[in-house]
Amino acid sequence: MTPPDYEYLRKLLKDHSGLDLSADKQYLIESRLLPLARKSGLSGIPDLVAKIRAGSSTHTVQVVEAMTTNETFFFRDKVPFDHFRDTIMPEVLKARAARRSVRIWCAAGSTGQEPYSLAMCLKEMGAALAGWRVEIIATDLSQEVLEKSKAGIYSQFEVQRGLPIQMLVKYFKQSGELWQINPELRAMVQHRQLNLLHDFSQLGTFDVVFCRNVLIYFDQDTKINIFNRLARLMEADGFLVLGAAETVVGLTDTFKPIPERRGLYRPSGVRAALAMPRPAMAVGY
Amino acid sequence: MKTCLVVDDSGVVRKIARRILEGMEFTVIEAEDGAVALEACKRALPDAVLLDWNMPVMDGFEFLVQLRRMPGGDQPKVVFCTTENGIDHISRALHAGANEYIMKPFDKDIVIAKFQEVGLLALDTPAEA
Repeated sequence: MTPPDYEYLRKLLKDHSGLDLSADKQYLIESRLLPLARKSGLSGIPDLVAKIRAGSSTHTVQVVEAMTTNETFFFRDKVPFDHFRDTIMPEVLKARAARRSVRIWCAAGSTGQEPYSLAMCLKEMGAALAGWRVEIIATDLSQEVLEKSKAGIYSQFEVQRGLPIQMLVKYFKQSGELWQINPELRAMVQHRQLNLLHDFSQLGTFDVVFCRNVLIYFDQDTKINIFNRLARLMEADGFLVLGAAETVVGLTDTFKPIPERRGLYRPSGVRAALAMPRPAMAVGY
Repeated sequence: MKTCLVVDDSGVVRKIARRILEGMEFTVIEAEDGAVALEACKRALPDAVLLDWNMPVMDGFEFLVQLRRMPGGDQPKVVFCTTENGIDHISRALHAGANEYIMKPFDKDIVIAKFQEVGLLALDTPAEA
């Protein structure tokens, strides 16, 4: 890949997805885009770049999706799900006892492992949630990964990373070497395509937002902007869950960390002025 | 240092498992079938057992049943590691006292994830350990 091609792809990714690649990530681009180029019948990344330069929105979308699809697995990092079960849901059950409803947003739902992990946590709560309206909204930039999430079908390899075997037996149906999450859990999760750079106020108000391992790819101004917009669609007593390498500290005072609960934040009540980020170029979706 | 008994009739699988487990700072003991593994457990109970299902002399399921009947035999964490990937086998294993279940083929990440799941490894153990 030539330096001009790399710079072109960096700018393209920044404009379309907010993905902020440093100057030394050629290997990442090559490892993800070379298979894509070959799948498209092209000889390599230079040809792929040439297609995009010539205005191919299909290739542009494929590149953005390939670069922003993150590895994920069930109950990833475990601790956030312990927080969800032991800290978040007990408080939600008390605070929402009158209206008996809870809305949860997985802001980088990817192929479904995170929203379905939350759905399993909720099912394990059993009678405590009987009669409650539970909504889990899973969003992602990539339509392709959302389709996989909707189907809820996973390979043997995928169900072995993070998913306790008892949960596999209880909530999945085996079909050869594939495993499909049961219809009841699939029905708990709604899927929407969404770019976090765009306005997401139409999603409504949430009690809990999981926004893990996605903001690390954004530059500081974009992170601040997303945090400030997240704060506006969260209930005042809601919970924000970030990835282990992410924090609001030093970026915004719209959220405050919960002591001794790493990765867990609550709205502070401070409302920051909002400015939407620079609009992304149209990419055909 | 924790010990892990690797029970598999394939020398290649035992070698791969040994490499992974030693990378996770386990002391590894090997057995080529359930009977040899049971003798090893009578001498000293390991912290963990990575257990194949189909083996000559005594299979993994029979070993598990007998291990759980031994004094202190409820202590080792038993993780099946087998090509018997059907839900019936998994359910039987759990019912007999297995703690986790790995469906072959396996890799280091899966072993780490399963050992974390049963409390044999800290949650922050990196996959590249």
